[in-house]
Amino acid sequence: MNWAETLPVIFLALMGLAMLAYVVLDGYDLGVGMLLPRASAQQKDTMIASIGPFWDANETWLVLGVGILLIAFPKAHGMVLTALYLPVALMLVGLVLRGVAFDFRVKARNHWKPAWNFAFFAGSTLAALAQGWMLGRYITGLQDGWTFTLFAAAIALLLPAAYVLLGAGWLILKTEGDLQRQAVRWARTAWPPVVLGMGLVSLATPAVSVTVRDRWFSMPEFIALLPIPLVTLAALVAARAVLNSRLVFDRLAWLPFAATVAVFIFGAVGLAYSLFPYVVMDRLTVWQAASATGSLALIAVGCAFTVPAIVAYTVFSYRVFRGKAKPLAYA
Amino acid sequence: MDALLLARMQFAANITFHILFPTITIALGWALLFFRLRWLRTRDAAWLTAYRFWTKVFALSFALGVVSGVVMSFQFGTNWPGFMERAGNVAGPLLGYEVLTAFFLEATFLGVMLFGHGRVSERMHLVATFLVALGTTLSAFWILALNSWMQTPAGAEWRGGEFVVTSWFDVVFNPSFPYRLVHMLLASGLTVAFLVAGVSAWQLLRAKANASTPKGLRFGLTLGAVLIPLQILAGDLHGLNTLQHQPAKVAAMEGLWQTQRGVPLLLFAWPDEQARENRFEIAIPKGASLILKHDPDGEIRGLDEFKGSHPPVAPVFWGFRVMVGTGLLMLLVSWAGLWMYRRRGWVAERLPRPLLGVVAGMAFSGWVATVAGWYVTEIGRQPYIVHGLLRTAEVASNVPSSHIALTLALYLTLYLALLVAYVAVIRHLAEKVDKPEPLPEPTLRADAQEVAA
Repeated sequence: MNWAETLPVIFLALMGLAMLAYVVLDGYDLGVGMLLPRASAQQKDTMIASIGPFWDANETWLVLGVGILLIAFPKAHGMVLTALYLPVALMLVGLVLRGVAFDFRVKARNHWKPAWNFAFFAGSTLAALAQGWMLGRYITGLQDGWTFTLFAAAIALLLPAAYVLLGAGWLILKTEGDLQRQAVRWARTAWPPVVLGMGLVSLATPAVSVTVRDRWFSMPEFIALLPIPLVTLAALVAARAVLNSRLVFDRLAWLPFAATVAVFIFGAVGLAYSLFPYVVMDRLTVWQAASATGSLALIAVGCAFTVPAIVAYTVFSYRVFRGKAKPLAYA
Repeated sequence: MDALLLARMQFAANITFHILFPTITIALGWALLFFRLRWLRTRDAAWLTAYRFWTKVFALSFALGVVSGVVMSFQFGTNWPGFMERAGNVAGPLLGYEVLTAFFLEATFLGVMLFGHGRVSERMHLVATFLVALGTTLSAFWILALNSWMQTPAGAEWRGGEFVVTSWFDVVFNPSFPYRLVHMLLASGLTVAFLVAGVSAWQLLRAKANASTPKGLRFGLTLGAVLIPLQILAGDLHGLNTLQHQPAKVAAMEGLWQTQRGVPLLLFAWPDEQARENRFEIAIPKGASLILKHDPDGEIRGLDEFKGSHPPVAPVFWGFRVMVGTGLLMLLVSWAGLWMYRRRGWVAERLPRPLLGVVAGMAFSGWVATVAGWYVTEIGRQPYIVHGLLRTAEVASNVPSSHIALTLALYLTLYLALLVAYVAVIRHLAEKVDKPEPLPEPTLRADAQEVAA
């Protein structure tokens, strides 16, 4: 293998990791946003305080992911974003509303606060639905037809449900008292739709895509791949079990969140296995879509220095704001 | 309407909305660092009040900049897919470095800067504030490098239907980049100067002043008075650079239809694109030749030399006059204001109300000048997306125009509503009697000693 062949694969991996980081990190933000209307006024403040210091950097992973798609795979970028033009626009409107509501809800006059709280909820929900729809369209290679539309619609509902489970897990980890008990109840409510949805999608994906069917259901790959669904299932079961236990309020408060993150990671691994080496399923491979080797090399050098630094100061930020969420006040 | 025009309008709407907020945050980040340092050095609580108030404005502006910036990161591709296919080898790394070196840095440390007090030391908090300011400035560096390359491309060759880089140094430090970077950073400084002065003047007018208000007014007027002469000089040099590399843009700025010597400086005119001439001209004889060639009889190339490849004249011509006019007004107001303020012994309450009214009225004058200036340079580059080499029409997307129109309407509605809300909230914050939750004094003292050490 030479650089011309290796670099596009490195960037595909980096893009996948950035997108996964986005889905997990902003996923819990969006989940908390979708849960907002179910909380009391004071709880709303605590919920937003738990994500306030992080959301901005979390959203930047999306910019990095789309940035790599744009920079490293311009042809795929054009194909994907032209096909998903309207859902992208709706997601962006949602993200705009959610992002500005963080500040407006506490800075505008008091009587506007409920309206901005609603904007926070509506923006989070719109962004999550649009992301789910796009994921569904993407998995099936952006093909048109009613089965594909139905499949995309199913994922459009599944992804927000998974975000809600993640958000509830985050709240269990970051809050205490009444709100934490509420969050456990929200997580219990979100669990069955997520499990049902994941089961349906796992059955439907090979049904709508021949490539996926061939990759998963042939021997001996099937046996080698078995750990992926099994670990996912185990993580879901562990999350559900601990939600019934007293320990979830105490020593195991991290478990529902961590287990849900594991579900996302193994989902991403499964998806990556299904797709590779395609950037757009059955239509464009990673090498067909890549930019010039020289430009990729320059960015790769930059990434080698900056990505570890980004990870380091992200860890620093999470350490600064570790523990239970406290009310946010400007320094 | 055709898809190209709609795509341009949509991108223009988004980029216009977006630039308002970085224009504030680039310089306001440094201003916050200054306020914080003043507070630690002098222990004068007024500086802390100023820091806290402007931190709120910073956080709000930053959020608006981030969300509109996320939209932009998608619109590069959705509106101009051909640009990335042909110029991706140049634009990709520049945008990539902006994300990697600037976006994560500012976004992560913003959390620490805003909410980190009591969780990190005062020194770490200062470092966080510095890194946020550095991040916004780095972001300006990279994006202006790309924009300047599109205006004055260098360091790349057109080979096999795409640009291939031959020298990264020449790409980044292309001929117009130093001028544009300085011009934009000064524009940001001036925007913040007049915003801080304007909001302070408003507080005085509405009898809502607090201890930090006179300091804010003095800070804003001083910063404005210092920066505006520098900006006029930088603008002049930038103009000469444009004359050298993009003569068609300068011809449009001056409304000059035919090449001639002793070109007059048009104060007012109505450029008529059909007749290719101006109506209702009011001019200073030989003024433009004097400014651009430093010679009253200097020859300037007119639009007749660039038929079919020059920008639409009226928006460039008018944009330029709005920018320069606002700049001159800034010069007048900041110098007159500072002079009167000094004469009255820096007692803000003794300033005449009409002066305060004018300063308050200019709170957002930086936005007007900045947007007008960007219209001059961006519309002035048309019909090219990469000057002289790649036309905008060649890189547009094939998304149906109905989709573009629908989303354009959606974005416009959203942006107008947010703009109204933004200005209303700044006004509300300015008028609210600020009762900052006092920090425990021992912590503060310990912090100050730590910083002094």
